[in-house]
Formats: sequence, structure tokens, C-alpha cells
Amino acid sequence: MFGYIARRILIAIPTILVIITVAFFMMRAAPGGPFDLERPMPEEVRQNILEHFGFDRPLHEQYFAYLGDLVQADLGPSLRFRDKTVSDIIAEGFPVSATIGGLSILLALMVGSLMGAIAALRQNKLTDFAVMGFAMGGITIPPFVMGPILALIFGIGLGWLPVGGLDPRYGMTPERLVLPVITLALPQIAIVSRLMRASMIEVLRSNYIRTARAKGLSAPAVLFRHALRAAVLPLVSYIGPASAALVTGSIVIEQVFQLPGIGRQFVMAALQRDYTVVMGVVILYASLIILLNLLADLVYAALNPRVKFE
Amino acid sequence: MKTIVGSEQNAEAIEKAAIEGRSLWDDALARLFRNKAAVGSMIVLGLLVLIAVVGPYLWPHSHETIYRERVWLAPTFENLHIFGTDAQGRDLFARTLIGLRVSLMVGVVASLVSLVIGVFWGATAGFIGGRVDQVMMRIVDVLYSLPFIFFVIILMVVFGRNIILIFVAIGAVEWLTMARIVRGQTISIKNMEFVEAAEAAGVSRLAIIRRHIIPNVLGPVIVYVTLTIPVVILAESFLSFLGLGVQEPLTSLGRLIAYGAQDMQIATWTLFVPAGTMMLTLFCFNFIGDGVRDAIDPKDR
Repeated sequence: MFGYIARRILIAIPTILVIITVAFFMMRAAPGGPFDLERPMPEEVRQNILEHFGFDRPLHEQYFAYLGDLVQADLGPSLRFRDKTVSDIIAEGFPVSATIGGLSILLALMVGSLMGAIAALRQNKLTDFAVMGFAMGGITIPPFVMGPILALIFGIGLGWLPVGGLDPRYGMTPERLVLPVITLALPQIAIVSRLMRASMIEVLRSNYIRTARAKGLSAPAVLFRHALRAAVLPLVSYIGPASAALVTGSIVIEQVFQLPGIGRQFVMAALQRDYTVVMGVVILYASLIILLNLLADLVYAALNPRVKFE
Repeated sequence: MKTIVGSEQNAEAIEKAAIEGRSLWDDALARLFRNKAAVGSMIVLGLLVLIAVVGPYLWPHSHETIYRERVWLAPTFENLHIFGTDAQGRDLFARTLIGLRVSLMVGVVASLVSLVIGVFWGATAGFIGGRVDQVMMRIVDVLYSLPFIFFVIILMVVFGRNIILIFVAIGAVEWLTMARIVRGQTISIKNMEFVEAAEAAGVSRLAIIRRHIIPNVLGPVIVYVTLTIPVVILAESFLSFLGLGVQEPLTSLGRLIAYGAQDMQIATWTLFVPAGTMMLTLFCFNFIGDGVRDAIDPKDR
């Protein structure tokens, strides 16, 4: 197994290198630069700044210099925030995004699998239709519609929850997290419950479940000891894609609820040509997605005795 | 079932059956049309497409006209602002029509882009096999682990907000799953007995591809395309919501929703009208997609 993990990590290195390269050259192909202000600066100052950041050198030299810095775990300074490094910006924003994303996926897995399992046990009954109707809604209503509507109802209409952003002075208090987490989790709950329902139905029809029932096991024992373990497998392999979806989703959520997360920083940095921040965030998320995919595969193998590491 | 009267007709029927094969597609269509949600969605979607295409020509207000004295008008029949007006005094119904048109267009065109790339890639990899297959699918694996949305955002920033680019960018992102599906299906069919039998009977390679591979790959491809359309529409709206989609005075449902979210405390209809339209459209596409899937691949129902 350690050989397998090592090999996966080895494969991940060229993948990340490709990502870095593509992102680097795409960003540099963008018209405009980080120092194009509304008020043009004197040419001399501009030259000095370019020289300071090494932007006067040929592009491929900059590329290799950047890679060199990366190897030493140096993501460089932010080009727009003069007193901050990219690591600072990530350290500020990432906890916010990670908290919201992590809580959402937990909520989605718990609520979604519960709903899906119940729907499967009551297949083609009213409960089933209700759950599947809810799931259809969750898939269809995008977070950028759900967010404002929830904010309108619970924030402005009922006044139960604060609407606007995470004020750094108050930090991430639970009531400020409720709406963003729910909004981000809803589509995932929908997908998870659909997956869970489909796999549960299939498992419940399989021969070994019939055998378990036939040998006289109680219904809960069949369900929890035998059925659930097999039924959650598709959910485990969904964690990889889900993590990517959460990244995308959290960009929207951060925009809707004005949260100081990493997704918003990324969009702003891309628009302002803050090259180093863009690269830093891309690398962070790419590594995270690769890592979560690996983790999902390992959990999958642990749960599924038919999978062996070659 | 037809009753066969004479031997001549019988021979004819056999010949016909040999040419047309078992009408699996007719079965699938019949199943699809029995699905009430799917049929209802097709009707609603047909109407939506119709008003998105011809509506803007017939509606008295243009989506660009600014009525300075009619800012944030609540929905009213006066002057036919049935969905009200927005922050700049533009008719929201006209804008929603244009937004719907753009969203539908993006959905269909970008899905076709993903279809073409995905089928080509997957079929080539699956059919040639061996090392070519391995390299091609490794590339897909690598692309899978990219945070696409970052690349789409960078693309939009780099090349400006251009509607053609949105088609290509989203299509180029969505083809990966299609390639995997087509490859898997091609390989499994390539190794089936009936293909082997056809080969043994001396049928040419091209004929095998046309007669056996393509019809059998088509099912999953159609299912996946119908399910891709709503995903693509969502992706475009997401970009527009962030202000990276189509540019004014053109608009899309995502852009309208973004404006609506800004103004919802003053003018709720600016959020609810485009959001409702978008949800209706996506519901239709999802129901049709599910219906098509159940019709072509009736495993669970």
C-alpha cells in the first residue's frame, strides 16, 4: 500500500507541474499587468518596480526562477498588496474557505446519505418521491440563487441570522456560518442522496443481502452491518469530484455572503493580474484536489475488499 | 406486432428487420413519451425556446432601452412592464428573454463542443487501444485533476469576455467525462461476440464501426449530452454571476441574477424573475435528461 501511495504522489508531481506551467503562461498572456494603475507612474519608477520583481527578464527565465522559488516553498510576494506575501494571503483566506467547505461536505454526506437510504428503503412511496423531489430542487437551484433567497428570508425577512460577511473583528461565529454552509451544502446533499438511493437499491437487491436475511439476521443488522458498508462506496468515490465542486461553489458563496475567503481573493487577483496570488491559489487547490482524490481511493479500498493495490 | 400473411411478405419482413434491426430506439422513444415529467418538460421547454427566439422581436420593449423615469418599477400592466424594470429602468421581461436566449444558446453550443471533442477523443483511444489509448487517457486523468474553473476564469480574463470563447471554454472543460464514457463503451463493444462474428464473416472495419460500434455508443452519449446541457448553463451563469460572462448590453440569466441579488432588498422581482426563469429551464432539462436516461438505459425503474 505504501508503494501505491508513493506511486500516486510521484504521478501527482508532473500533474502539478503541468498545472503550474499552463497557469503561468496563460496568466502572462493576459493583456495588462499588475502595475497598470489608473494614474500612470513615471517610466523610471515603473522600470524599477519591474526590475525589482524580475519582470524585465525573459519569460522563460522568470518561469524557471518561479519554479526555483517554489521548490523552496516560497510562493513569492503579492504584487498588489505590497506588505503581504502570497502565503500571508492564503493563510488569511484559506481557513475561511476550508471551514465552510469542510462543514458543507460533512453536512452533505450525513444528511444526503441518510435521506438517500431512507428513500431507498421506501422506494416508490411518498417519502421516496419527497426526497427525490427535494434532490431535484437541490441540483437545479444554483447556489447563487439559493444564497440570496436564503439571505432574503432568514436574514432580512425574519432577521434570525446575520446576512453580510464575516467581519474580521468578530471572526467566524457559528451564526455567521449557517447560511453559507447550508447554501453550499444543498446541491451536494442532493447529489449524495441520489447516489445513496441508487446504490442502496442495488445493494438491497443483491444476493448476499438475501442470504443475510434468510439466515435470520434482524433488519437493522442486515442494514447496518451488510448493506450500508457496500452502499456507501459510490459516495466515497464521489468525494474527489465533490471537493472540486466545493472549490467552485465556495467562490460563489464567498461572493454572495461577502466572505473573506480564498475564492474571492482568486477572482480579484485574476482581474488585477496579481500573478503570484493567482498561481499560489491554483497550486493550493490543485494539490488539495489531488490529495482528496488519493484519500478517497484509499478509503474506497479500505471499505471494498475486492479492490487491491497492485 | 404485425401478422404476417404470405410468405412473400414474410421474406420482405425478414429482410426489413435485417436492415433496420430491432427497433430499440422506437422502444426508447415510447418509454420516453410515457414519462409524464419528461413530456411535460419538453412542452414547457419548447415554449421557453420559442419565446426566447421570437419573443424579443415581438415584445414592445427592447432589452437596451432605458426609461429613466421608470426605475425599479414593480411588475405592472401599465406600459406592459409585466416583470417590472431594473435599476436603470430597463424592461425586465425583455432582458430576461435575451438572458434566456443567451443561456440556452450557451447550453446547446457548449454541449455540442464537448460532444465533438469527447466522442472523437474517446472513440479514438478506445478503438486504437494499446499505448495510444494509455497516453490519451492519462491526459484526461491529468486534466481531471485540474481546478477547471480557475482556468476558465483565467481564460476569460486573458481573452476578454467574448461569447464564442465562453462556448469553447466551457465545452473544452466538459468533454472529459464524455471521452471516458465513449472510450469505455467502445472497448466493451469492440470485444463483444457479435463484433467478432461480424469480423469472422468478413465485414469491413468501417462497416463494423458504422453498423455496430456507433449505434451502441450512441445511447450513453445522448444520455450524457442531455445531462450536460443544464450543467453548462449553470457554468455560464456562474461566470456571469462573477461578472466574467457576456458583456452589456447583452445579458444572461446569471448576470441578471447577480444584479437581482444586489437589489433584492429594494426590488425583489429583479431577483425572482431571472432566478425563476433559470430554475424552470434547468428543471425541464434535468427532467428530460433523467427521462432520456431511463428510456435508453432502463435499469432502475
